Amino acid sequence: MKALQKFMDKVRPNFQKGGKYQYLHSTFDAFDTFLFVPGHVTKKGSHIRDGVDLKRTMFLVVIAAMPALLFGMWNVGYQHFLNINETATFMETFFYGFLKVLPLVIVSYVVGLGVEFIFAQSRGHEVNEGYLVSGFLIPLIIPVSTPLWMVGLATIFAVIIGKEVFGGTGMNIVNPALLARAFLFFAYPSQLSGDKVWIAEQVDGTTGATPLGNLLTATDKLPPLPSVMESFIGTIPGSVGETSTLAILLGAGILLFTGIASWRVMLSVFAGGYLMGLVFNLIGANAYMTLPAHMHLLIGGFAFGAVFMATDPVSASQTNRGKYIYGFLIGLMAVLIRVVNPAYPEGMMLAILLMNVFAPLIDHYVVAGNIKRRLNRMKKIAA
Amino acid sequence: MSEQTQERESLFSAKNRKLISNAIGKDNPITVQVLGICSALAVTAKLEPAIVMSISVLFVLGIGNVVISLLRNTIPQRIRIIVQLVVIAALVILVDQVLKAFAYEVSKQLSVFVGLIITNCIIMGRFEAFSMANKPWPSFLDGVGNSIGYGLILVIIAFFRELFGSGTILGWNVFETIGLYDIGYVNNGLMILPPMALIATGIIIWVQRSRNPELIKD
Repeated sequence: MKALQKFMDKVRPNFQKGGKYQYLHSTFDAFDTFLFVPGHVTKKGSHIRDGVDLKRTMFLVVIAAMPALLFGMWNVGYQHFLNINETATFMETFFYGFLKVLPLVIVSYVVGLGVEFIFAQSRGHEVNEGYLVSGFLIPLIIPVSTPLWMVGLATIFAVIIGKEVFGGTGMNIVNPALLARAFLFFAYPSQLSGDKVWIAEQVDGTTGATPLGNLLTATDKLPPLPSVMESFIGTIPGSVGETSTLAILLGAGILLFTGIASWRVMLSVFAGGYLMGLVFNLIGANAYMTLPAHMHLLIGGFAFGAVFMATDPVSASQTNRGKYIYGFLIGLMAVLIRVVNPAYPEGMMLAILLMNVFAPLIDHYVVAGNIKRRLNRMKKIAA
Repeated sequence: MSEQTQERESLFSAKNRKLISNAIGKDNPITVQVLGICSALAVTAKLEPAIVMSISVLFVLGIGNVVISLLRNTIPQRIRIIVQLVVIAALVILVDQVLKAFAYEVSKQLSVFVGLIITNCIIMGRFEAFSMANKPWPSFLDGVGNSIGYGLILVIIAFFRELFGSGTILGWNVFETIGLYDIGYVNNGLMILPPMALIATGIIIWVQRSRNPELIKD
């Protein structure tokens, strides 16, 4: 580490103004701050600066998503061996999934960071850290069998259209990782939904439908569903990292403990989804509506979306009251789309993207309401 | 005095040429004035309807501009919109009937959008902004220029949407011919959907503005 730091210090002048490789300045800066705490010093005014810069914040999110990824790898192997009717040891299972999921992660990172570096270079600013998280989340929310070139294309689309056109990290209107998934979902529907995509190397003639897929085709009675325990642990087919509510809750614990994600958003998403589930239970007009409300929170991408997607600080509401409204509506819409819309088995993605767009509006009205209330209070005091 | 200098102006003077080149480039109706977006989103899923649409607009706007310009001194200010609409409507009906007679398939694909040329903002915009105040010949050039600018964007968008959305160009299977499907390529369904036309328009605007900084305004 010391040697590396010495090396970085030695080559630094080459990249600074007037150096040989001045044009590679932002690339150097990216690697430098990735490895070491940046050497910025506050120059004037009172200012508190701690060691947690954006890069380290993002890294904590990656750590929080790690349990979901690891479990996802194991589950990919588990679903595969279940499908071909073989038993395998834990390590075999995990290793199989590891080999299947790793290419997705690599493609997502290489392509996404490539685009980021090109933009940073051409615009002459620092490389944005935001992609550390997006690149990690993209492989987690797609089926394991997604062709790699599609992942690459979706990543390019998400980074350029979702982020760079608005000015880079921190300026995006919608969550880039979800935008990548939405792109795939609408561009290549047969690779992103149905009963043939969730299991790697699926045997012909077998079905690998997700619980949500089964529910959508159900007519007068509920289809056989995984038990609550199975859905909680996550031994069910689904996108790579979203099946295990347990692993996601572990991640949620890390995010909440370090104060990175907003508990208000998480809580209200779950509340909204649960309440909408209950409302549907009360109506009970078809089989899907009678699904117990808590199952909505366990199956599909609900928990993953609530913990890792809805809480994205850039695209969520900023005000505290706004966060409650924003989260609550996400949960509500997600369940609503699942049950009522026959075209989309999973509503979480669409619900979050929709509310991302509305977040600034919610904030606007929360702030306006606050100002009005305070003005009224002033008037009362004056009167 | 001014009458005389104008009469001496040749048909393709620099000023008149600018009427066309500006409308295609830095004053483009779609990418700079952001008019006529609705039809740009609706008819660009395939190249053929986009071309037919561009030609129809070229016809309506070219002739319409001349007619309005000829009538400009006799149209009372207070009812000018109605008069303009009558002119557009007559021309659009003409186009619609011709399409139905000679290109029925395309006319079915374009469905209501031929009729909706009446409400195409570009046409009303040019009538109001140009031909109501200019002589017939410049008005004609302005109409032609603006329709070419409009048609150019439509064709660019439609080219990419048809190529990546259906793998064809004017119905000819490009990707199948070069064997792209055999190596696992799949057509992009999003390209067929209207949002992608909006994004494509946005990208064209982006490219144009980054090449021509004077268009950037806050």
